[in-house]
Amino acid sequence: MTRTVETKEVLKGGSFLLEDHDAQEVFTPEDISDEHRMIAQTAREFTEKEILPRDEEIEAKNFDLSVELLRKAGELGLLSIDIPEKYGGMGLDLLSSLVASEQLSGQASFSGTLGAHTTIGTLPIVYFGTEEQKKKYLPRLATAELVGAYALTESGSGSDALGAKTKAVLTDDGKYYILNGQKMWITNGGFADLFTVFAKVDGEKFTAFIVERDFPGVSVAPEEHKMGLQGSSTCAVNLEDARVPVENVLGEIGKGHKIAFNILNIGRLKLGVSSNIGCKRLTSIATEYAKERHQFGVPIASFGLIKHKLAEMAILAYVGECMIYRTVGMIETTLDTVDRDIPEQALKAIEDYAIECSIIKVVASESLAYCADEAVQVFGGNGYSKDYPVERAYRDARISRIYEGTNEINRLIISGQMLRKATKGDLPVFQAAKKLMDELLSPSLSDDAGEGVFAAERAAIGNAKKAGVAVLGMAAQKYREKVQEQQEVLAAASDIIMEIFGMESAILRTEKLISTRGEADCSMQIEATRVFTNDALQRVEQHARRAIATMTEGDELRTMMSVLKRYMRFMPVDTISARRRIADSLIEAGRYNL
Amino acid sequence: MNIVVCLKQVPKKDSILRIAADGKWIDDRDLSYEMSEADAYALEEALRQKEKHGGEVIVICMGPERVRQSIKEALAKGADRAIHLYDEAFDHASDAAGIGRALAAALKDEKFDLVFTGLQSDDYGFAQVGLVIAERLGLSSATIAMEVQPEEGGVRVKRELESGWFQWVKIPLPALLTIQSGINQLRYATLKGIMAAKKKELREVKAADLGLTADDLKPAQVIERAYLPLKSKQTEMIEGKPAEAAAKLVEKLRFDARVL
Repeated sequence: MTRTVETKEVLKGGSFLLEDHDAQEVFTPEDISDEHRMIAQTAREFTEKEILPRDEEIEAKNFDLSVELLRKAGELGLLSIDIPEKYGGMGLDLLSSLVASEQLSGQASFSGTLGAHTTIGTLPIVYFGTEEQKKKYLPRLATAELVGAYALTESGSGSDALGAKTKAVLTDDGKYYILNGQKMWITNGGFADLFTVFAKVDGEKFTAFIVERDFPGVSVAPEEHKMGLQGSSTCAVNLEDARVPVENVLGEIGKGHKIAFNILNIGRLKLGVSSNIGCKRLTSIATEYAKERHQFGVPIASFGLIKHKLAEMAILAYVGECMIYRTVGMIETTLDTVDRDIPEQALKAIEDYAIECSIIKVVASESLAYCADEAVQVFGGNGYSKDYPVERAYRDARISRIYEGTNEINRLIISGQMLRKATKGDLPVFQAAKKLMDELLSPSLSDDAGEGVFAAERAAIGNAKKAGVAVLGMAAQKYREKVQEQQEVLAAASDIIMEIFGMESAILRTEKLISTRGEADCSMQIEATRVFTNDALQRVEQHARRAIATMTEGDELRTMMSVLKRYMRFMPVDTISARRRIADSLIEAGRYNL
Repeated sequence: MNIVVCLKQVPKKDSILRIAADGKWIDDRDLSYEMSEADAYALEEALRQKEKHGGEVIVICMGPERVRQSIKEALAKGADRAIHLYDEAFDHASDAAGIGRALAAALKDEKFDLVFTGLQSDDYGFAQVGLVIAERLGLSSATIAMEVQPEEGGVRVKRELESGWFQWVKIPLPALLTIQSGINQLRYATLKGIMAAKKKELREVKAADLGLTADDLKPAQVIERAYLPLKSKQTEMIEGKPAEAAAKLVEKLRFDARVL
């Protein structure tokens, strides 16, 4: 097994809101090992040589080809990174899996096919399968002899996964469960051999089953007509008196939610990874086009408004990458303290970072939405035509904000989990909120400006964290057990938390970069971090104002607003000039280069 | 059949190259590197020969710490062990003579039947290092190899000549061949291979281990100035009837501009 990081301090999930983390401790893309670099290279070469040249066939729903490509990827070991060696896999770490997903995502449809197979199609058995189930299925999933799929959603239950209607009833002889119901939006449905199906035993106990395509009573409906990802298969799966042997119950009866939710944490992280690299690709595509396209006698890349877009796309991709690698580093460090081969321990370690996984999913999918949208804009009228690649990218990107938990659900998870951890005593959020209130009553706020390139930004983020803690604390105090009903307030708190995580992750990585390369050699990364932080701080203030204004009124509101103003005092940086410099560097390189 | 493959690491093909401040070579800041293309084909050919005839593939590479990435890549693809010439003293060996002398010294005590190098490197493009090694080790040699067929008492080699001509030669072993790009299909490093590479031997060699001093490696040839091609615009009007002018244009595009 490859180890990503040396023995380091374990940083709890969500702790970034309350603590300052050290730049030397943070994991960054620059820290990956030679082995990880080679895995990424193999995945990239595979994409360039095998997948991209067959783009048209894939988009024309040639699923035989998709399966053939999956098997080829399997020969290289790319499908078995997460499968233990004992069951024919590679048994590598999470980072290996992520660098591979990153590089295998160049063709969005096939990326969906492969991701569904290796993540939601395979991991439930890896983590929850019995010895027999693992022996029976994992070696064949590793080679794609069997293709996996995941059947959770129904027409009436999407985000509300536990509201599933599919029912499982034990036969009188106790040998089979009879499943009835319909599962919707099943990626790989058209050709998958194996489905992890969620159903309620006796209509009550939410349970997962391993269902083979050939089991009697299992049938797959025709392909759905989708907005994007035309080359991936998405179908409904019908279960009509489907006979599933009892030995195919996955995990415990009534504990299906554990599988459903735990696998999603990893799925969210991976979706974040592929969305984020999509941002990089779109930055490159838009930059290249802007250099070529002339209007008024000059390349449109020379215009400030185009530069703004190119720079912003690159900034978002950079910040996203900082967040992803930081999170993977924290998870790997925690995994190093447990026995990775014991699934419950590994899952618990990953689950502690549910907040970070949700943040990455939301931020990366929304950054991708921005990049796809602005890439179309840079292409102008051509961008609206199917003859140019961005039209498809725009449609393909849209689903990222919907699946693996909608961004709305994920926003509720972020602040909801923070509050849950606070209530359980895992994170001292309430203590911090109380301390803050005491501090507010003191006549002067300490303005301890630190040192270093980002002294001003660090001080401002410290204050932004206080604003985040204040909003969370106020919400908990005001709404108590009914806080879940205050979705808008929770979402505002989540937005603040996400901005904080983004700003701080960018600063930490850039600081680490400065310490190895020197300031002069990472001026673009410094500019990107500054611009993002400057804008993110303004967004934090808006979110905080909105939330506080609904939670307080009159004098209290007035007091809170003046405090917020003091916290959010920050001298603006010249983002226009900074974005121009970032864009100039992109234009010179002709591609994403941060 | 034991085969040595000489590898070089060069800046990636899509790098943005800037001239260094001293005007003598490129600025190496911000560059990423990869195995020189022809060397990758040489490695692939060696691995294929090993699969057919057995034996061992040994890679040898000279350069700073970063070249380990390329060495590991070769091990991941199936080379059995590696020699890394890793010493600041080797920085002096910046021409074909110096590089060839250092590599030959490191190979002196190795037992091999064949040595492969790429035809030429993607950066300096001397196309001489292989021949210098052959000369210093007293090996027979053939350049621009397209096909390699070991047989009784030697090796048959298909060489590329000009204008689509080829030549088959037979030379005795041990021999050195410089391998042309594109003669085979490069393999991927499988994840198994990548992990297995961690356990393979990677021996570091210093100049002193080879009995070489900085003086021995001093280049005989020095680059005085590096510069980007100067752009110039020339307009030529082709006179005459349309058909004649078109024919002339095609000729010019084909032979002068070489774009057809």
